[in-house]
Amino acid sequence: MAKLSKDDVLKLARLARLQLSDGEVDQFRQEIEAILGYVEQLGEVDLTDFEPTNQVTGLTNVMRPDVIKNYGVTPRELLKNAPATQEGHIKVRRMLT
Amino acid sequence: MSQWQSITKLANDVQSGRTSASALVDQALQTIEDKKEFNAVIVSITERARERAKNIDNRVTNGETIGRLAGVPFIAKDNFLTFGSDTTAASNILKGFKAPYQSTAIERLEAEGAICVAKANLDAFAHGSSTENSDFMTTKNPHDPTRVPGGSSGGSAAAVILDMAPFALGTDTGGSIRLPASFCGAVGYKPTYGLVSRSGVVAMASSTDVIGPLTRTVEDAALVLDVMAGKDALDSTTIDRDPTSYQTSTTNYKLANAKIGVIREYMAEGLDPGVKKQIENAIEKLKVAGATVSEISLPSLPLALACYYIIMPAEVSSNLSRYDGQRYGFSHPKATSLDDSYNWSRTEGFGREAKRRIMIGTYVLSSGYYDAYYKKAQQLRTKLIDEFSQAFRTVDFMIGPTAPTPAFEIGQNISDPLKMYLTDIMTVAANLVGLPAISIPIGQIDGLPIGLQLMAAQNKDRHLLGLAKATEGILS
Repeated sequence: MAKLSKDDVLKLARLARLQLSDGEVDQFRQEIEAILGYVEQLGEVDLTDFEPTNQVTGLTNVMRPDVIKNYGVTPRELLKNAPATQEGHIKVRRMLT
Repeated sequence: MSQWQSITKLANDVQSGRTSASALVDQALQTIEDKKEFNAVIVSITERARERAKNIDNRVTNGETIGRLAGVPFIAKDNFLTFGSDTTAASNILKGFKAPYQSTAIERLEAEGAICVAKANLDAFAHGSSTENSDFMTTKNPHDPTRVPGGSSGGSAAAVILDMAPFALGTDTGGSIRLPASFCGAVGYKPTYGLVSRSGVVAMASSTDVIGPLTRTVEDAALVLDVMAGKDALDSTTIDRDPTSYQTSTTNYKLANAKIGVIREYMAEGLDPGVKKQIENAIEKLKVAGATVSEISLPSLPLALACYYIIMPAEVSSNLSRYDGQRYGFSHPKATSLDDSYNWSRTEGFGREAKRRIMIGTYVLSSGYYDAYYKKAQQLRTKLIDEFSQAFRTVDFMIGPTAPTPAFEIGQNISDPLKMYLTDIMTVAANLVGLPAISIPIGQIDGLPIGLQLMAAQNKDRHLLGLAKATEGILS
């Protein structure tokens, strides 16, 4: 059964861009361990003869013509939800500190 | 008795001038207001709904033909992008989000004259089985306000049973339409994967997400599906629909032609004895009505939930990575660097369940664990598909309960996520395999509704709705 350490949980949180308090780390550690313990029953089944399924209706590589289509939404409208904009672009905070 | 007649009747009455769209919208908005203590609805779309109603009434006066849903009010789960209100997915991170365009499903309903009057509560990002994971509030079960309505489309199911509108829209990733339908006593329809466009709907697990109606009758569900189904250039996973009308297909279905398999694994231990008895009674009535009923077995079915709780969080972690505080949604005001902005916005914007699923998904997809979890789950999915295909060689439909129990109490499962996940045990297989499935109400235990689940092979939506309507007929 999967054993998670405090550091494992902190690493997952870091990868997922989440910050956890000490209390949260311990609670998530227990909960995630219990859930992984449950899903690990799949490990007992021999599935070597089965290809993985990624798409259930058999569609592959759905293409469309590479042409611009007007869906009636302007860039200005799309930018209305952005927290900060400048000259028609999304403005983000400093990358280098 | 509901205050709403069938959707077809309502639309006909608006078209003929017997009633007006404005009167129907007012009636819906008034009921929403009168029953707001159930927390089924996050927000009413008052102004836009009244404007649309007025416009439709004027067009009727001018002799125009409006459409199959002329003036019929409906409620959309708040993970559908709609005009006239915020679209939040019941999450803090999307609070205040104004959709720049509408979901294809909403556009298609509006094109036939339907009017969206409110947005329904859900578990945030549709993560849950009870609406207790909503970042805003918990919806109460219309039959007992101390119990949950089921989830994640709990607000939609409760709204229909509270008579707030003739129909509501939900989404079903692992049971989120059928479970609340079962707990609230509604009809909940999950179509074949890809039958209804998901453009403009907040993504959860893209390989299983579907859209469907919650209604009071099978015929209403078939009509709403008729309007929404079919290919959409904005969702490349959509498939061609059956050209025959779903609604018409429900009118003269012959039960005597039906070959139905009782799913042995769903009738086994873990099923509440009261629920089991109700399902067995329904099966007996189907036999009396002439259906051929046999027992079938899908040996991998008990593993479907484990499979789902690998695949779903993996896809959730990927789909929720777009909420980064930069382009839309909550952005932490105090962050000064880009890194802090990502971290703080997500940390404050996501609730506990979203965080839990994101981290589980990150774990099962990480190098070193991918083969043991994610790949294995995708392989089991193939085995499940094979077993279902095999079974559908001998039967046309499958039957069983929608949920192992009636609605549970608010707070009963919230501190144990694994226990909450087990609520989905009878619904997830249809999503993993992409099958159509429906929950219809068949009775009550101590005043709490019980749902019967019927399933069919992919693209047999028309036949499934026919069977469901006939079953509804002999059980009522």
